[in-house]
Order: sequence, then structure tokens, then C-alpha cells
Amino acid sequence: MKLIIAIIQPHHLPAVKKALFDAQVYKITVSNVLGCGEEKGYAETYRGVMHEVELLKKVRLEIAVNEDFVEPTIAAIINGARTNNVGDGKIFVTDLTECIRIRTGERGTRAIG
Amino acid sequence: MKTVLVLGNILIILTAPALAETTPATTYNIIDTFWVLIAAFLVFFMQAGFALVEAGLVRAKNAANIMMKNLLDFCLASIGFFIFGYAIMFGTNDPLFGKKGWFLMDIQGPDGLPLFAFWMFQAAFCGTAATIVSGGMAERMKFTSYLIYSFIISAFIYPIIGHWTWGGGWLAGLDFHDFAGSTVVHAVGGFTALVGTYLLKPRFGKYNSDGSPNLITGHNMPLVTLGVFILWLGWFGFNPGSTLGFSDPEVVSRITINTNLAAAAGAIAAMATAWAKFGKPDLALTLNGALAGLVGITAPCAVVNPMNAIYIGILAGILCIYGVIWLDKLKIDDPVGAFPVHGLCGIFGTLAVGLFGQIAFGAPNDGLFYGGGFKQLGIQALGTFSSVGFTVISMWIVFKAIDALFGLRVTENEELIGLDIGEHGMESYSGFQIFITE
Repeated sequence: MKLIIAIIQPHHLPAVKKALFDAQVYKITVSNVLGCGEEKGYAETYRGVMHEVELLKKVRLEIAVNEDFVEPTIAAIINGARTNNVGDGKIFVTDLTECIRIRTGERGTRAIG
Repeated sequence: MKTVLVLGNILIILTAPALAETTPATTYNIIDTFWVLIAAFLVFFMQAGFALVEAGLVRAKNAANIMMKNLLDFCLASIGFFIFGYAIMFGTNDPLFGKKGWFLMDIQGPDGLPLFAFWMFQAAFCGTAATIVSGGMAERMKFTSYLIYSFIISAFIYPIIGHWTWGGGWLAGLDFHDFAGSTVVHAVGGFTALVGTYLLKPRFGKYNSDGSPNLITGHNMPLVTLGVFILWLGWFGFNPGSTLGFSDPEVVSRITINTNLAAAAGAIAAMATAWAKFGKPDLALTLNGALAGLVGITAPCAVVNPMNAIYIGILAGILCIYGVIWLDKLKIDDPVGAFPVHGLCGIFGTLAVGLFGQIAFGAPNDGLFYGGGFKQLGIQALGTFSSVGFTVISMWIVFKAIDALFGLRVTENEELIGLDIGEHGMESYSGFQIFITE
């Protein structure tokens, strides 16, 4: 079992969701996050005062998958989020030691699927 | 009725000497002037209503941009209508456009009303026609191009059509009856929005490649609702104020009740239609229905009885829902329903004069349902379709020219990030956790 965490541009979320859906990955958690990578910030002005915004709005996806879904999920995220520009985001894959479905008490790979 | 007249006369007598010193040849009707100014203030406040409706129906990332557009179109309408607009609309009685009164110089208001009071009322109407369009072109139109468009429509396009009907132009001579502007204001605004949104093409992600529409939801329905209530209130200046006087309280009162009943019936009919078609009573469509009823009653408000005002409201409310559905089928992306509400119901309201109008209430001819045959209906059709035709052709040219010179649409990347940051470098809800993902 793996936990795939991806940080992407917010406006690519619809495309990523579509790509994941097409790859039969239906379970996903999405959160709004702030952060910065290699992408430069943008200048924001408020009532005449200009400041550089360093922390950018990003979207964080968390998807728990069984082994055979790892590569299709990664491919789908890349497919939806890649523009070849700095700031497209990153994908992290970590081992997942346990997964429990609260409703039934099922554990492990059965609980994910 | 008697009391008001007596009071008016007393006021005129009391103030006559003061007026005589400054403007020797003019006697103003105090009550009428007061009424027209109050109505002008109410119509002005409709700008707030439009701003809130449009802000609530767009996504949070475009809210500041739509507010700027709503603010600036009234500013440019005020200046444009002062420099050119009023002269074109009311300057002289030529058939096509007026030719005198630039900067309001060398010109007088109508009998009994100060020029400046009449101008303020008409300028507020002009601003209404201009502001309808921002909603239809929302979330993707360049701000600078919007400023240029606002000036052109309020200085030239709206005044020319207004002149035909209200300024002594060729339609006025044909007994065309558009009491408060179903055609002159709303159809002009609605069809300009249609041309604009058609040329802009749909928002990014609105339609899939197979043509099915995606959901792009507004971000604040309470704002939309407050906006509609404000518009409803403003309409009590828009329609009853178009009497330009208070000498016949019965007419003003009839217009008021008709306006209210049509709005109520429009909302109920739209709610019922949406409920039947989509399974739930949809708030946004019901609010559109209230506005549809108001637009529908705007032309016939003075010449129909209250029962017919209800029928007009119901038909407008239903028409507006089908208009929203048709537009989506045609893949024309109108984020706030500006065309179904103002364009379609503007035409319908104008034609309703030829269906429900009665000579007894001041219509030029009895309508089709009152034994007048097709005469008035034909005149109404000629008036509304010629006005709409001129609007579509002239605004097509204007938008094409702006597109060639400055570009109409923002870049795809700016549209995705949102026009608030892209055009104005700021957010509407800084510090709030709002999903800006879609």
C-alpha cells in the first residue's frame, strides 16, 4: 500500500480529477495549501501598497492506493498537471503501513479498494 | 389625489418668486421634480443590485474584477451621457438621432422639469443598460476593453436607440410603446451581452469536448439574493418614475402594483419550471425569474391591469428558464443569465404591450387580447426587432474593433488564476480559506 501525495497548481485540479477518473482512481482527498517551490511569487497590490507574495496557493492531493495502482495514478496526475513550466508541482510516494475502513473495520488492501 | 394637487400648487406658488429671479421664463412643477429625482436615486441604486448579483454568481477569484466593472461602467456612463449621450438622445427631434446639447449646453429639459433632474434620471437608465453586459461577459473579459465598451455604449449606442423611442425619433412617431424600457434599456443590454459573450467564447472548462456543460457555480448566493431585492426596490423607481411626474397618482400606483406582481409571478413561475425540470427549486434560477418578471412588465407596466401583469410575469419567468437552457445547448456561456433575463424578456415585455395593452389605460391601441387585432403587436414587433437589430450589428462592430485593437479576452493563464490577481493584483477575500481551484 502506498500513499501518494501530490502538490499541484490549483487551476489544474479539474484536469487532474478527470485524468484520475479515467484511470479508475475514484478516491481522493483535496486540500487548499500554501507553499513555495522553485516558482517565483507574484506581486500583489493593496490600496497602493505593493508586496511580493512568496507563499503561493497550491492544491494538495492525497490518494491511498494498492501497489498495482501506483503507476497509473502517478501517470494520471502528471497527465493532468504538466505544462512544462516551473511550478507544475511534485508527487511524493510513501509507504502506507495500515489502512482501516471505519464502517466495517476492514484492514489493509481490502479497506483501500 | 386632490390633496396632492393642492399641495403641489401651494409649493409652486411659494417657490415661484425664488425661481423667477434665476430662471425667468420657467415654472417648475415641484412635486414632479421631486418624484423624478427620488426615482433617479432608486434607479441609481440598481447599480448596487447588479454589482451584487454578478459578484455572487461568479467565482471568488473574479469577484473584485466584476465589482470594478460595475463601478466603472456607471462612471463612464455618467461622463459619456453628459458629453454626447443626452444630446443624441434628446437634443432634437430628428428621426435617427439628436444633434444638439453636447455637454448639456443650449438645451432645456421637458416641460415643468429642470434639465438636470431629467438628465440624472436618464443617466441612471443609461448606466443600467451598460451594466447589464458585464455579467454576460464575466470572468474572462479584459478590464481595459470593458472600459472602452462602457463609454461607447453609453455615449452613442444606447442614446441612439433611446432617441428612436423616447427622444422624438422615428419609432415615437409610429405609436411604438415602451413605457420604461423593456426594449430601450433591457433588450439593448441583453443583446449586447449576447453579442459580447458569443464573441468572447465560453469560459475555460465550461463545455466538454462532447458539448456537455460543466458546473461553474457562483460563490455567494446570499449576495445574489440581496442584489435581486435591491433591483426589485430600484424597479419601483425605474417603472413608476418613468411617468416623469406625479400628476396622476392612479397611474403611478397602477405601475407600482403591476411591477410588484409581475416580479412575484416571475419568481414563482421560474421556481415551478425549474422544480419540474430539475427536481429542486433552484435559488439562482428563481432569482433570475423575479428579474425576468420585472423586465417583462417594464414596457407594459402602465397600460395593463394587475391581473395581466401577473400573466406577463408568469410568461417571462418561464421564458427565462428556457432561455438559460437553450443558451447552454447552443454552447453560449452567459455566466449570470443576462441574455435570457434582459434580452429575451425585454423583447417579450415589449410585445406584451401589443397583447395585453388597453386604450383605457393609455395604450395607443388595444392589444390582441382586447380586440385590437394585430396592429399594436405589429408596431411593437417592428420597434423591438429594429432596435435589437441595430444593437446587434453596431455592438458586433464595436466588439470586433476593440478585439482587433486591444484584445477582448484575457490570457488563458490569467483566466485560470483569476481576474482579481491578473487584472487588479488583489484578492477579494484575502485571508479567507476559499477554494480557488476551479
